[in-house]
Amino acid sequence: MDCVRWASGVTGIPLSYIARNLMARRLTTVLTAGGMALVVYVFATVLMLAAGLRETLVGTGQPDNVIVIRKGSQSEVQSGVSRGTASIVESLPLIATGPDGTKLVSKEPVVLINLPKRDSGKASNVVIRGVTSHGLTLRPQVTIAEGRTFRPGTSEIIAGQSIAAGFRGAAIGETLRFGQRDWTVVGVFDAGRTGFNSEIWGDAEQLMQTFRRQAYSSIIFRLVDADRFDDLKRGIESDQRLQVDVKRESQFYADQSEQLAKFISYLGTTISVIFSIGAIIGAMITMYASVASRTAEIGTLRALGFSRSAILVAFLGEALLLGFVGGVAGLIAASFMQMVPISTTNFQTFAEIAFTFTLTPFIVLASLAFALLMGFIGGFLPAARAARLKIVDALRAA
Amino acid sequence: MFVPLFVLRNAFRHKLRTTLTMVGIIVAIVAFGLLRTIVDAWYAGAEATSSARLITRNAISLVFALPMNYAQKIRQVEGVSRVSWANWFGGVYITESNFFPQFAVDAATYLELYPEYVFKPEEKKAFQVDRQGVVVGRKLADLYRWKIGDQVPLRGTIYPGTWTFTLRGIYDGADAKVDESQFLFHWSYLNETVKARFPRRGDLAGVYVLEIRDPGQAAEISARVDATFKNSLAETLTETEKAFQLGFVAMTEAILVAIQAVSFVVIVIIMAVMANTMAMTARERYSEYATMKALGFGGGFVAMLIIAESLSIALGGGLIAVALTIPVADIFGNAMGTLFPVFFVSHETMLMQIGAALVVGLVASAVPAWRAGRIRIVDGLRSVG
Repeated sequence: MDCVRWASGVTGIPLSYIARNLMARRLTTVLTAGGMALVVYVFATVLMLAAGLRETLVGTGQPDNVIVIRKGSQSEVQSGVSRGTASIVESLPLIATGPDGTKLVSKEPVVLINLPKRDSGKASNVVIRGVTSHGLTLRPQVTIAEGRTFRPGTSEIIAGQSIAAGFRGAAIGETLRFGQRDWTVVGVFDAGRTGFNSEIWGDAEQLMQTFRRQAYSSIIFRLVDADRFDDLKRGIESDQRLQVDVKRESQFYADQSEQLAKFISYLGTTISVIFSIGAIIGAMITMYASVASRTAEIGTLRALGFSRSAILVAFLGEALLLGFVGGVAGLIAASFMQMVPISTTNFQTFAEIAFTFTLTPFIVLASLAFALLMGFIGGFLPAARAARLKIVDALRAA
Repeated sequence: MFVPLFVLRNAFRHKLRTTLTMVGIIVAIVAFGLLRTIVDAWYAGAEATSSARLITRNAISLVFALPMNYAQKIRQVEGVSRVSWANWFGGVYITESNFFPQFAVDAATYLELYPEYVFKPEEKKAFQVDRQGVVVGRKLADLYRWKIGDQVPLRGTIYPGTWTFTLRGIYDGADAKVDESQFLFHWSYLNETVKARFPRRGDLAGVYVLEIRDPGQAAEISARVDATFKNSLAETLTETEKAFQLGFVAMTEAILVAIQAVSFVVIVIIMAVMANTMAMTARERYSEYATMKALGFGGGFVAMLIIAESLSIALGGGLIAVALTIPVADIFGNAMGTLFPVFFVSHETMLMQIGAALVVGLVASAVPAWRAGRIRIVDGLRSVG
């Protein structure tokens, strides 16, 4: 509040005068701030959507895990790594070993299966991942929430929470049929806010037989030391036998969110900017009317000795306050969206991904700045008109 | 003659305010139209389908292909007249951002099933005889300034390596709904190269396209095709081309619903702005309305004046907006490149725009008109605006 007191101290026109002017025309204030609130709401929600998607995919990967896929393939589903290549990768140095002395490597087949959604019955593509015993060790963020994990060598599968809730046949105790076999869901796993929540896991060898695959999709392993990634990468790239791309797991998943997140934030920002024109015009109309109806008052203030800049600041302050009220209202409405789960197909992987709207401090600041900017643009011309009024003319207007 | 003129004069008494309101309405209605057009573009793939075509794919998901010998079996299914097939190639042209759909198609049959791709006969022939040839839609050729005879390299993501094609033909759509951003090349070229390098990945079709004799029998024929491959290693799922395309739309439904919701939000925003304008206008004129009432005009007449004024501003803005939407959509569609291959403002969208303008005008004037209609003469005359 100090800066406000300082500002009003400079202008001489008290803040309460500005606030009371808004209160005097309640309907107009509510309508104008309401328009701005809606724009801020759209702006914030879209940014929250993109942030939620990014957060989910960035959180999926572990920084000390490395993923290897076929050269040129952009996703695990497109990739194919032969058993021969896999064993060369497995024999590389710098791979961490587990407590039992074996290397922490998981060779995983990843495919998509078409499943109907629980509510609408419309089909979508779900990632089904074959994991080995180290698959769970490599992903400490995954815990079994319900039931138990699958037994290796059987037709048992476990489903991520979003899939169990969102797709038919994927809840615990239900069965899914694919590849001429029935698969029983024996457990539901909680992977926090990560992409794994939108996957189904089963035994790698069983799934490869079912889908008649000879090749894995990706090889995931843990580094001895997260800082040695560049050494590992150089080693793999100089090995003529390996035609593979190697990435940190965290980077790999972050890349997969890029296109969709960019699409959402570009589209959303463009829409918000266009919408804001409407809200700015609303503020302008309100502020012009406010100036017009108070011409005599402005004259009086000037006659009392308040300077032109004091008048300018007072009216700009009124417009900024209007924007601020709209911004706060819009943000409050948008923050409720955090309770809404959302699920859509990621263009890049062609697979379903569930995420939530995420409100970050950056979004709060950006939304408020956007609201204040709308108020400023809408209020500037009317405030300038008020400041330019001649005392005599203004007083005569009454 | 007097009343319309009176309304119009009133509307432009505050020139600045009316102009600003109209600009707001124009922006909002254009944005509304553009968003509806984006939603339409999403459905364009489904709109352009033919009811005489069915798509057969692997029942597990599109990631899994179907064996080549299915073509012969499908052809024998009762009701199927012709069969072709296509594979999604998923290559990258220079950088990932240059996205357009690429299909390896059976050149001899595929183009026959899609008569809406209109070719010059000599170009079609040139494509048929060149196994490294490719045909593309007009929009795609214009975007990358490709000319007949150009070499186009693609980096494979599903099929490794760099693949080079020679542009042999450019097709135009038979109507505006046809996707002119496709890249179609010889399946046999893909198949032979793949077979030489990865024998297990050869002789596979991503999807089969079936032409049926009687569209009314689509459901029965689909069931017959799927029954043929029941309990085989690759079970199939056959559906109409429209259902197949709508399947893709359904996957991104959440985004679509959001865009639709947002298109109504802009109408609500402008409703608030317009309602504010009308409330201020009416408040300033209470004494005039009281005078008119004192002269003998009824409350209904006064209310009608406000409604008519609001409607004429909204509708004026709405009409300008509809006229502006077409060029704006053109610019937007071109800027988006191949993301929205089919992008044009439909008649329904235009009607919805006019409808939205009318609703904005009516809703905005409702409260002020009701208040002005009921105002007591004494209070009105006393009012200072």
